[in-house]
Amino acid sequence: MILVVAEQRGGTLNRASWETIAAAQHIPGGVPIVVAVLGGSGGATTAAAQLAAAAVHEVVAVEHPSLEPYTADGFTAALQSLIGQLNPTSVLFPHTYQTRDFVPKLAARLDRALLTDVTGTKPSDDGALVFVRPMFQGKLTADVRPQGPAPHLVTFQIGSYRPDAAARGSSPAPVKTVAATLDGASVRQRPDQPYQEARQAVDLSQAERIVSVGRGIKGQEHLSVAQALADALKAELAASRPICDAGWLPMERQVGSSGQTVAPKLYVALGISGAIQHLVGMKGSNVIVAINKDPDAPIFEVADYGIVGDLFEVVPALVKALNE
Amino acid sequence: MNIAVCIKQVPTRDWQPRVNDGGTWIRDRDVTFETNEPDAYALEEALRLKEKHGGSVVACSVGPERVAQVLREALARGADRAIHVEHASVEASDAFVIAGALAAAVRDERFDLVLTGLQSDDQGFAQTGVVLAERLGFAHATIIMEVQIESSTVRVKRELEGGWFQWVAMPLPAVLTIQSGINHLRYATLKGIMAAKKKEIRKVAMPAGLAARQHIVRLYAPQKVKRTELITGSPAEAAKTLVTRLRETARVI
Repeated sequence: MILVVAEQRGGTLNRASWETIAAAQHIPGGVPIVVAVLGGSGGATTAAAQLAAAAVHEVVAVEHPSLEPYTADGFTAALQSLIGQLNPTSVLFPHTYQTRDFVPKLAARLDRALLTDVTGTKPSDDGALVFVRPMFQGKLTADVRPQGPAPHLVTFQIGSYRPDAAARGSSPAPVKTVAATLDGASVRQRPDQPYQEARQAVDLSQAERIVSVGRGIKGQEHLSVAQALADALKAELAASRPICDAGWLPMERQVGSSGQTVAPKLYVALGISGAIQHLVGMKGSNVIVAINKDPDAPIFEVADYGIVGDLFEVVPALVKALNE
Repeated sequence: MNIAVCIKQVPTRDWQPRVNDGGTWIRDRDVTFETNEPDAYALEEALRLKEKHGGSVVACSVGPERVAQVLREALARGADRAIHVEHASVEASDAFVIAGALAAAVRDERFDLVLTGLQSDDQGFAQTGVVLAERLGFAHATIIMEVQIESSTVRVKRELEGGWFQWVAMPLPAVLTIQSGINHLRYATLKGIMAAKKKEIRKVAMPAGLAARQHIVRLYAPQKVKRTELITGSPAEAAKTLVTRLRETARVI
């Protein structure tokens, strides 16, 4: 049996949960799929009712007052117990920040393999599953096999499967509610409410065109080069994480897993190497242009048009060509 | 406040990826190495906490002889001493092996806080810090953008997705995985580099019995998901061609 752990907040599932169900359904062999969703009373049940639409064997709502809000200690204890009861062959998670926060602890507690940031699966010659994951910032790809006894834990990179690829069942899957085995006193983390730092003045997700800069811009004083292109294209200016970390552009202009997810008609990446954390935020763009001096930069893997060259030569030429 | 900082040595950012003949690991001899960037931020955060609360900062790394270089850099930036777990075969080591080795090396030192980067730029497991916390029995939190010490408690600002944050408190000792950009990195001063020469790098043997839970069958250049039209020519020619494509083929401008 394959166990998928979905993620909800306030009864609302994230898209990545459906993507992970699609990933589980994609594994050959017709292995039964059970979806678990954790939370306090209410949230988990509401989410479980939605999950029942998926073509899966069963949905389990795991409830406990100490599972709302999320804590690493609480989720680890609850899932350790659930995995002990269900005895799955593999446990799949979306590779979200929440998953990253507790699943390595769960794997260490169970002493079972954990493969992270997986983008796909394929059968090997002997029939066992091989998992595909990026390494070296996406410059290389690895086929990886888990070692040691089951269950194997796997986290799937956001966007590796389409959420609407998750097959729906002809009738709702049975939903079971179980009380988590969990001692609330053992939870050490005491979380406050999540909050947004500042009102997002720029909604990049609504932009039709985006010009985005990365480390290749070299210094804040060179941003005018990118701004000139943005002006010529009537585009918003955005950036990869290191640019915002350095304070060259405000955080609200950051595209990627920790910033905004965008899907404009045109995305122009200037001097962006294309680390996974950036790609997940922009690879849904309609047309992607990459300008980078490194021909091996992973950004070219998602680009429709690429120019290998010095952005300080190419971009002014581009502005000139646009204004002609 | 006694703080351990776990540092990984990774290929430099401009390294051109080359795979070995067996297709199972990178061709090590071509590589120049540097400190994993998030780990550099973890070190900086540890040095700032020490400046505020007193105590010591100990840099730790697992790997072959060459990792002494990143430990020396950490000492030059202000770490008080270093622990080097000597381990030849990093390519066969997953986060369980590295975290197991680090746990054995730091367990007896009774650190209040263990900091490391949220993930490494090489294998990118994003597991080592959290597995280490479990092995040590410490509380933990990940992807941290601010650290406040309040006597026996640490309050941290966790980054969530899409511009959301959350403050979380937990008892010390704790393991925190640090996000890039939490602070501004300092450079080593000449004085620091000189002082580092007198600081101790304690070598520790790899503990026995650590088994990797994953195995790389094959390592290869990524398969393209899109057909990219590479536009060549002088900057002016390439720019003209691109503008034509965007106007007439893609129709996005």
